[in-house]
Parts: sequence; structure tokens; C-alpha cells
Amino acid sequence: MEKQAIKQVEETDYEVRSLDSMCLNESNLVHPWYYNFKYSLVGILFGVVFIKAEIISWFRIQEMFRLESFHMYGVIGTAVVVGAISVFLIKKFGIKTIHGEAITFTNKKFNKGQIIGGLCFGFGWAMTGACPGPLFAQVATGAYVVLVVIASALLGTWVYGKFRNQLPH
Amino acid sequence: MIETLREPWPWYMAGIIIGLIVPALLILGNKHFGISSNLRHICAACFPSNISFFNYDWKKESWNLFFVGGIIVVGILSTLFLGATDPVIVHPDLAKDLAAYGVTDFSGLVPADLFSWAQLLTLRGFILMGVGGFLVGFGTRYAGGCTSGHAIMGLSNLQWPSLVATIAFMVGGFIMANFILPYILAL
Repeated sequence: MEKQAIKQVEETDYEVRSLDSMCLNESNLVHPWYYNFKYSLVGILFGVVFIKAEIISWFRIQEMFRLESFHMYGVIGTAVVVGAISVFLIKKFGIKTIHGEAITFTNKKFNKGQIIGGLCFGFGWAMTGACPGPLFAQVATGAYVVLVVIASALLGTWVYGKFRNQLPH
Repeated sequence: MIETLREPWPWYMAGIIIGLIVPALLILGNKHFGISSNLRHICAACFPSNISFFNYDWKKESWNLFFVGGIIVVGILSTLFLGATDPVIVHPDLAKDLAAYGVTDFSGLVPADLFSWAQLLTLRGFILMGVGGFLVGFGTRYAGGCTSGHAIMGLSNLQWPSLVATIAFMVGGFIMANFILPYILAL
């Protein structure tokens, strides 16, 4: 009975994890924890772009939604084109990771959350002027009050997890 | 040198680098770009509270927290060594509309007239920071991703549910910024 319950949790988790942008295919390689710093280097690059291209500015986000500036559309549009070409090339040539493992992709399944949740996030994005990445960057550049926004976002995530089964999907 | 570092970058340069983060994470370890998952990992690590959604091995996803750590390091270093960022040149229409609500300080990344500890105690500040933040956390998890996971990673992999999510983000933001935010700012 207990085993079955655990299995069920795993299955629902699998479903959610595939809906999420989380990595599903567990690596069989075991690396020391500090190997994770290679991802920090990519994060550093991302952070530099955030600051240098003013992506973390509340004003830039307002201009985007008020159609007063092309800047953010240009950034996101270019990123999608570059990302799509990269994914296409990785698939076409079967490029592997630096550790020789296959690179895998999961297909996202449609559910109502993408519309309802998407609208909720859109409201929050325009109010706070930040999506989750920029929130961390804003705090780091000295806007400490944004910690309150992050705490609220954690609460929002937690409340979603708590009431997930009652929400339409 | 410092001058070049200080100047803001054009959109295409930023777009190309952000786009290259997608293959960089894939090639470094088959990782999929998506920042908002970290909010879930932090919940799983700190307040799992016996909720099945938060009972998983978050340590397996800790690479993503290291990734965010990189963003935080840059923010701290740039503030320490390059000083405060130059004020953003705000579109005159936006500046005029904001001035009508008493928002006149455009020097920071977030408007100091709206995002401050003192403002947090006002209804307007509480709605913007508290309710706004809640909607970011709730909405991204409900939608299964944010701008990075859906709009960039999902669209790069040609996933139509991600296109639906991206359109919903933009529609939500458009409605808020143009039709609802003016009433909140007037509070």
C-alpha cells in the first residue's frame, strides 16, 4: 500500500517534471559537487547581459508592455532564433555533452496551466518589472527590498504546490 | 576599457548571448535552461511540508542554483567595481505617465519611489511587491516555466505549449501594464 503511494507520487512528479523545464534524464555519471561551478560561469555570463542590456530594469519591462520600445522584443526574439538554430544543430549532428552523454529533449504537454498560470505570471511580471532571473540580479545590485518580492514569489510557488491538485490543469 | 564596460549593450548582442546559453547548458551537462524552477527547488529544500510537489531530490537539480549564484555574483561585483548603473533613458511617454503618480526617480533599476522599505507599508507598495511577487511565483509554476524555460528554451525546441504560455505571459503583462497598473499606481 505504502509502496503504491510512493509510486503514485513518483508518477505525478514525473508528469510535473516533464511539464516543468526541469531536466528529466538523470545522468549516470557522478561528479564531485564542485563540477556545478561550470554552470555558475554560464550564470555569470547571463548576469553580465542582464545588467549591460538593462534587462533587469523595471522601466524597460514597462516600455515593452506599453509598446514604447523594441529593445526587449529584440532581445527575446534574437535569443529564440539563436537558441532554435543551436537546438536544431545539436539534434541534427547528435552532439553530445562534454562528458560524452547524449543530449535529450522532452516534449511539453499542453495543459490549462499554461494559459491561466501564464496570465498570472504576466500580471506579476508587469507589476514587479521582473521575471525570476532578474529578481535575483536586482537584489545583488543593491535593491534589497526586492528580497520581499522573492519571498512572495516563493510563497506563490509553495501555494501552487499545496493546492496543485485542486487547480484546473 | 571602463567606458566600453559602462555603455549599455544593444539588443542583438544581448539576444545572441542569451540564445547561446541554451546550447551552453545542454553541452555542459544536458541541462535545460529555466530559472523559475529554482523557486521550486528552494521550496523543496526549505519548506517541503510533506507536499508531494516538493518531495523530490532537489540536490539533483542544484546545478540550477549554482547557475543563479553566478547571476548574483555578477550583480555584487558590478556594483562594487563599476558603481551604480547609469540611469536608464526612459521613454518620454512613460516618464510623463509615471510622474503623474509621483514616480520621478529613474536612476535605479527599480523605481525608488515604488520599491522601498517605506513603500512596502503602503497599499500601493504592498500590492506591487507582495501581490506581484506572489503572482510571479504562483504563475510561473502553474504555467510550468517562465521567460527562460518557456519563451526561450521551449520556443527554441519548437514546443507549441511554450508558445501558448509565452502568448499568455505577454497578454497578461499587456493588460496589467496598460489597464490595471494605472489604478494601482493611483492608490
